[in-house]
Amino acid sequence: MKTRYLIAGLVILSFLSLFVGASSITPMDLLDWSSEETQIFLISRVPRLVAILLAGAGMSVAGMIMQQLSRNKFVSPTTAGTLDATRLGILVSMLLFTNATILEQMAISFAFALAGTLLFMQILERIKFKDAIFIPLVGLMFGNILSSLTTFFAYRTNVIQNISAWLQGDFSMIMSGRYELLYISVPILFLAYLYANRFTVAGMGEDFSRNLGLNYKFVVNFGLILVALITVTVVLTVGMIPFLGLIIPNIVSIMKGDNLEKTLPHTALMGSIFLLVCDILGRVLIYPYEISISLMVGVIGSGIFLYLLFRRKAYA
Amino acid sequence: MIQVRELSKFYGKKAVVEKVSVNIQRGQITSFIGPNGAGKSTLLSMVSRLLDADTGEVLVDKDDVRKMKSNDFAKRVSILKQSNYMNVRLTVRELVSFGRFPHSRGRLNEEDIRVIDQAIEYMELGDLQDNYLDELSGGQRQRAFISMVIAQDTEYVLLDEPLNNLDMKHSVQIMKILRRLVDELGKTVVIVLHDINFASVYSDRIVALKDGRVIKDGPTEDIINSESLKEIYDMDIPIKQMSNCRICVYFNS
Repeated sequence: MKTRYLIAGLVILSFLSLFVGASSITPMDLLDWSSEETQIFLISRVPRLVAILLAGAGMSVAGMIMQQLSRNKFVSPTTAGTLDATRLGILVSMLLFTNATILEQMAISFAFALAGTLLFMQILERIKFKDAIFIPLVGLMFGNILSSLTTFFAYRTNVIQNISAWLQGDFSMIMSGRYELLYISVPILFLAYLYANRFTVAGMGEDFSRNLGLNYKFVVNFGLILVALITVTVVLTVGMIPFLGLIIPNIVSIMKGDNLEKTLPHTALMGSIFLLVCDILGRVLIYPYEISISLMVGVIGSGIFLYLLFRRKAYA
Repeated sequence: MIQVRELSKFYGKKAVVEKVSVNIQRGQITSFIGPNGAGKSTLLSMVSRLLDADTGEVLVDKDDVRKMKSNDFAKRVSILKQSNYMNVRLTVRELVSFGRFPHSRGRLNEEDIRVIDQAIEYMELGDLQDNYLDELSGGQRQRAFISMVIAQDTEYVLLDEPLNNLDMKHSVQIMKILRRLVDELGKTVVIVLHDINFASVYSDRIVALKDGRVIKDGPTEDIINSESLKEIYDMDIPIKQMSNCRICVYFNS
């Protein structure tokens, strides 16, 4: 797929997204700046669109970096415990600092997300049996251990309902004033693009990287920091969006290979489009109610994931 | 010249490489041979800085490799290791372009592109340059990696068992290419080889290791004889002279 078709699709879908929802708004309403429709548009619809675009691009690129650095096509924030570690971090920040600001929450959950991901990479290094399916299974188990820790402490301290808000990704709560944290992912995506070549080289292995004079450990750690930052900003504002970081990079890898400098913009675009489609469908299917985004992505995403597993022999 | 001085590597208390001193001359093919577990690959990894030596030093043209910046080192010495765990989808051309990484840090200029074109041309990969590596045969892939090393344009090229998993035709092809790298481009090639006959036919010098020590080191004709081979492999191996080649007939000894 050509990049310009993707951009065209993105623009059309964005337009659609802005004018789909419980209260009907037409482009004509926007001519009157003081109308209620315009207010809804600016407070709810535009932030929602921006959040979807950034979260979609962010999670896809995060997944792509993880797959490259772990050299495994099935590793992503969902299958490596990063999301679960982030949630544990949020819980800890809620318990220790009852009135934590969003930035404090972010700092603490970032530390957890990073620690969780690094721990997973350590486990990965120690596993002798490097089967493509086995490794994400280990990651899922690792994630579940973290997740049950979270549930246990949340249950004991009666915050289980707050915590489950972060379990389910949801764009319906996005409003201006509650999503701006996501803008942090813009410079991060830019940094990821600058480092794309280094990530590609690191993906060829430590010996290969050293031969080309690349500081392998630094690049891997730097990549994981970017992944943790993106994951944390998305989980704190939107919630968990499973599978996104898994499917999109895999589809792009099949179509365009693994040269990250070439595929990163493509991956970001595809991620945004995919999430946008899921969101619009979720809003339209049981109109005027909404199906949450994590459910939509989970259903469509796991379908595609199964398909990828079955045709794995063909390319991986 | 690469000078290896008193190099040792221990795993636990066991020395895998013990006080090895070797000089590698410029403009020659030097082969490391020896039985399994002799420390050939470990030695090559230490020379190329993939592994840190426990004692001793390696000098490349009189510069201590430990004191070189990794980027500068990558412009002077390249190493190809057997990489069977390669599932990154890159095209041949993209892979060769990464050979320029130490020079360009990823931003290719016209000079880089010219070198890449030449390297692809030299390995006769022009028709395959837009194919993905996972679509190639083992021999073609090995050629792509050597093409990358040519683009990296280092004086010294180190290869760890480059003939692994290749059939006869492709093995010969790769060895001829390495010979041309030395004869035409003036490179210095160091290879770890398992097949003694490839070492005999193509190399200028042979270094034989056994139990982590160098037991023979000299021009090929001094090493390829029944007495030396007996010392290295504990086998009685008759040598047959065929045109210019000395062939070791080890199959039924």
